[in-house]
Amino acid sequence: MTPLMRIENLNKHFGGLHAVNSVSFDVQKGTIKAIIGPNGAGKTTIFNMIAGYFQPSSGEVHFNGKLITGMKPFMTAQQGLLRTFQNLKVCKNLTVIDNILLGYHTRAKAGFISGMLSTKRSRREEREALEAVLPLLEWLGIMDKKDTFVGNLSFGEQRSVELARALAPNPAMLLLDEPAAGLNMHETEGLARNISELKKQGRTILLVEHDMGLVMDISDEIVVLDFGVKIAEGRPSEIQNNEDVIRIYLGGDDA
Amino acid sequence: MKKYLPVMLLAGTVIIIQLLTLITGKGFLLTQLTMSTWYVIAALGLCMVMGYAGQISLGQAGFFAIGGYTTAVLSTIDFSARTGTSVFSFFDSLGLLLTRQTIYGDTVIYLSPWAALIAAILIAGLTAWGLGVPVLKLRGHYLGMATMGFGIIVNRIVVGTKIFGEADGISNVPPFKMFPGFEISGKVGFRVGNYYFAWLVVIIALILLINLINSRAGRALKALHGSEDAADAMGVNTARCKTAVFIIGAVLAAVAGFFMTHYNGGIGPSESSVIKSVRYVSIVAVGGMANIWGTLIMGMLLNFLSLRGVFGHFDDAVFGIILVLMMMFMPDGFIRKEVFYSIKTLFRGKK
Ligand SMILES: Nc1ncnc2c1ncn2[C@@H]1O[C@H](COP(=O)(O)OP(=O)(O)O)[C@@H](O)[C@H]1O
Ligand SMILES: [Mg+2]
Repeated sequence: MTPLMRIENLNKHFGGLHAVNSVSFDVQKGTIKAIIGPNGAGKTTIFNMIAGYFQPSSGEVHFNGKLITGMKPFMTAQQGLLRTFQNLKVCKNLTVIDNILLGYHTRAKAGFISGMLSTKRSRREEREALEAVLPLLEWLGIMDKKDTFVGNLSFGEQRSVELARALAPNPAMLLLDEPAAGLNMHETEGLARNISELKKQGRTILLVEHDMGLVMDISDEIVVLDFGVKIAEGRPSEIQNNEDVIRIYLGGDDA
Repeated sequence: MKKYLPVMLLAGTVIIIQLLTLITGKGFLLTQLTMSTWYVIAALGLCMVMGYAGQISLGQAGFFAIGGYTTAVLSTIDFSARTGTSVFSFFDSLGLLLTRQTIYGDTVIYLSPWAALIAAILIAGLTAWGLGVPVLKLRGHYLGMATMGFGIIVNRIVVGTKIFGEADGISNVPPFKMFPGFEISGKVGFRVGNYYFAWLVVIIALILLINLINSRAGRALKALHGSEDAADAMGVNTARCKTAVFIIGAVLAAVAGFFMTHYNGGIGPSESSVIKSVRYVSIVAVGGMANIWGTLIMGMLLNFLSLRGVFGHFDDAVFGIILVLMMMFMPDGFIRKEVFYSIKTLFRGKK
């Protein structure tokens, strides 16, 4: 089976720092793949290269049979690759529903002129967008916060908004960068349930996460990074017993 | 059509104000009200660019001046000396050449202001596009400096060029005879008509902008303000969005400058000055940034007071002080939706 995403020999240098060092891996459609590794291992940098925020120093990313390296972030989103951010990026000047409708942007077409004239198409698309995203609010339990400005929500709820926003266009693949960062235990459990649910729906997810329990529970496959180098790849059970991984995590300062 | 209710209330207020000036015999106030209304249109344009999309522009007066000077130059060219030239026959065949008498009784053939209006829109739009594509890559105060540079360039060109009348500007711009029985001019007989026409343009602009704000493109604009990275990640072509809103803002300013120039019968370089641009910025800021109604109300109020001479020698200073105070104490603006929202929920007893 050809993978949905293929990452080939990705490299990134920041000055003298080799932040990502010849990393390759595949993501199969309908699976959850996790990237783990100590802080500074290069996980977010890989995400940023996939999503078009950084140009790789060398290497390629293929998605859905297309070469997507060199694409700007908005173009990768148009390809159906939707992401969340490690340090949460929501629009605090927008309400919850508007933030999530923003996620639907790539599914609609009406531009400035249609918008100003409030054309039939523009109004129809708005209705379709609402229909598409309201179930997400319901699912994440933020329906009662629909018209609240996002800045007035708790951190955990803001994370839910970000997840709903990424899900709004029914993306071909989700990139979740540390979705549990900053969540309390209760919220993390909720997140784990949500991700398992997404997995049941057959979604493809690439995930960076620090919470080991979470990663082991929900991933089909795990890639382990250390100082920008891929040191292991395999199923959770294999990774748990991998000597190099154990050494990093027991010797390292964070897990 | 619930979202147009405020527009209808506005239309009612406009009529009431006119009737009040009629009853009290203060019809002369309509002149300053009409002028304020044209300035408000330029401010509404900036409100979209700065308030909604979060792109600071200190060059709005430059676009106002482009609109004004375009028509001031084009409609004061005397074509009677050019009969027989190909330019003459071209405009003549389109029916765009009009005649009028000067005060000395000479006949002047001039270009229809309709052509100048189209030219003003095109020149402003193209300038905004040409300026916006490179400059809107900048952020924050870098963008402010760059757009201010544009404003200064327009101002210096106007002051330093003969066809723009140098420091004197251009006067004796003919009235714009839009249709039989109505013209844009400062003549007393057309005062009420001009007042209503200016508001008609505002209301059309408001409807278009309200539609935009509530559309997919408008949401993308607001998202740009909230988090450019987030907008980008959701597939918004942020560069194109910024350019588009910049063009909209420029065209609104140019249209305002165009009509103001016919209303006043001329335009001077002060309309393009940086201090005028600062006025627009402070109006949008005090109006609550992402708030077209706030811009409308504060724009009318401050411009009217200013044109009535209430601020005296401190005219420009007042706008500067407002801006400084706003930035220090209420950087998100004075009339804020969030504030209304919190108050509303407070009374409902929800959290
Ligand atoms: N924009 C940048 N400029 C310079 N160095 C960076 C940049 N982004 C990340 N780095 C460096 O690259 C390394 C990998 O960072 P990152 O990918 O954020 O790690 P992780 O997400 O695995 O914690 C770190 O040493 C970090 O300091
Ligand atoms: Mg990271």
